[in-house]
Amino acid sequence: MSETTIGGIANRMPKFIRRADPAVLTAFACIVLLLFLGSLYSRSFLSPEYLLQQLKVASFLGVIATGMMLVILLGQIDLSVPWSVAVGAMMACAAAAYGPLGVALAIPFGIFCGVLIGIVNGIGVAYLRIPSMIITLATNAVAQGLMVVYTGGFSPQDSATVAMRYVATGFTIPGVPNAVVIWALIGAAMVFVLTRTSFGRSVYGIGNRERAAYLSGIDTRRVVMIAFAVSGGLSAFGGVLLAGYASKAAQSMGDAYLLPSIAAVVLGGTSILGGRGSYLGTVAGVILITLLQSILSVMQMPEAGRQIIYGVVIVAMLLLYGRAPASR
Amino acid sequence: MKDWRVKDWRYWLAEQRGTLLAFGIFIVMFVIYTSNHPAGFTANVVQTASNKGVLLAFVAMAQTLVVITAGIDLSVGMIFTLTNCLASWLVIGTGIETAFGVIAVLGTGLLCGAINGAIVIYGRLQPIVTTIATGAVYFGIALLLRPFPGGSVNEDLADALTGRLFGVVPASLVVLLAVVLVVWVPFSRSVLGRAAYAAGSSEMAAYMSGVPIRRGKFAAYALAGLLAAIGGLFLTFFTYTGDAAYASGNAYTLFSIAAVVLGGVSLFGGKGSAIGAIFGALAFRTIGDLLFVFDFDPLWQPLFQGVILLIAVSLGAFALFRVRNRLEWFL
Repeated sequence: MSETTIGGIANRMPKFIRRADPAVLTAFACIVLLLFLGSLYSRSFLSPEYLLQQLKVASFLGVIATGMMLVILLGQIDLSVPWSVAVGAMMACAAAAYGPLGVALAIPFGIFCGVLIGIVNGIGVAYLRIPSMIITLATNAVAQGLMVVYTGGFSPQDSATVAMRYVATGFTIPGVPNAVVIWALIGAAMVFVLTRTSFGRSVYGIGNRERAAYLSGIDTRRVVMIAFAVSGGLSAFGGVLLAGYASKAAQSMGDAYLLPSIAAVVLGGTSILGGRGSYLGTVAGVILITLLQSILSVMQMPEAGRQIIYGVVIVAMLLLYGRAPASR
Repeated sequence: MKDWRVKDWRYWLAEQRGTLLAFGIFIVMFVIYTSNHPAGFTANVVQTASNKGVLLAFVAMAQTLVVITAGIDLSVGMIFTLTNCLASWLVIGTGIETAFGVIAVLGTGLLCGAINGAIVIYGRLQPIVTTIATGAVYFGIALLLRPFPGGSVNEDLADALTGRLFGVVPASLVVLLAVVLVVWVPFSRSVLGRAAYAAGSSEMAAYMSGVPIRRGKFAAYALAGLLAAIGGLFLTFFTYTGDAAYASGNAYTLFSIAAVVLGGVSLFGGKGSAIGAIFGALAFRTIGDLLFVFDFDPLWQPLFQGVILLIAVSLGAFALFRVRNRLEWFL
């Protein structure tokens, strides 16, 4: 019923709006609304410096959410994000303690450790057919255990390398933080992979119906495996960036990224059941979440209030446009 | 007639296989644990072990109810934390005040579970995302209640429920048994309980046969909140304080899933029982504590528990050997 009414109105709109996903449009509308509310609260909210700073903070979440999106498109979920982030950060910092070679290889080594976690997830989901939500929780616990043993339960003393700090906080192009450039590059690569390669099409196919994808000759297990490996690697890379930003790694640095990364992807209109969603939506979701966090911290909301508002907003927005069809 | 009885018995055995296996694992682990414990098999050792195990057993029962409906509740640990903080404010004072406090805490748990259920069932959102988000809300409220660890509890009640009956039987085990008899047994035998099982087994088929799946699932989520609240109440009795610890809440959620898996409850829904999950929880706790009796560095405990969880969930992969047609991979 609503299909026809929306269609009737939409036919009179320009083509680019008609083709856009209503969820993505809603997300962008919410961003504008948040910016408006923020500007009422403080004049400096719309200044270019502040907005650029927000974009820089958003890029850490953006990198992590990119991997999460790939996994959610498959109809799976990656709950190992918190400790993949921490492992990436800690291992990169740890490598830096091993002489010049370690310093040179710090960033790749951090990402490599994340990829390893992702591969374990991928083997579990694709080959052992364990529900992704369970195996990723388990690998998260194992990664945490390994890091606790490695660090002795304290935050590690090694600090980030110059390269890591440069990647996270430096400026190669004047005025644009490097982190934003990196998010843009990763995002562009993701859009290319999703829309222009057979791998990307397979991801959407598997998300819609894995059985059908398998019968049409896609090596579904390999695709799932690669997707989880990429997700683990990107989470770890997010961790490396965060470590560069804070100039060291910390025990629970990844905890704050699990819910936001899932929320960003889902608020951006990607179906949690898989098979549907665009990267533009994820970008909108990431910016939306970052702005929400920023406004709450500008208002000096204590942690408790932030958690509550955060959960309520996510449930409310999902109730607006993320509902599953009724059974009939 | 005799033949029928034999079949009936074998059917029962097949149905309870997961529970019996969990029971077996628990017994073996507990024997290893007590025989290597410096104090040996004494009432004190059993009391401490049962107090720790019962906390996880309540949360695991909560998780079981939701997992049976083919859902998952990632907020059980946070309901557990929230009710712990609430109990450290309310369960204190005279007998009547304490009684009202207990009722208020249990009611809060029930409400939290009902909110989860309402959003998942009537709001038609995915259980994972919903319960992660509501978990954040519950944790936020817990943090409002207890920004710093503290508070107190009616110590007479606390000591009575965490002590021993007749000097031998741990009181917490008796409470656990009572909760099983009052909550789990009636639920699993009621129409709503059957509806929860049916919904987890095949929601479409259950819907087509006119089973009240919505009410069944809603009852499962709400009772899960109640059971988590009983766990939270017990944590308060055990520690005498309320503490809004994010890591501990998360750990209980994680361990509850491990306990459920060890207890033979199928994560795909429709199979298993809370009794199995209880033995799963007790077994998981005992395995985790084995490190202490063998004098390992406590730093290794998180890793050890993570590896147990990983192995437990990987055991499900053995079902792949029974697959006759590769298309059965994609269920």
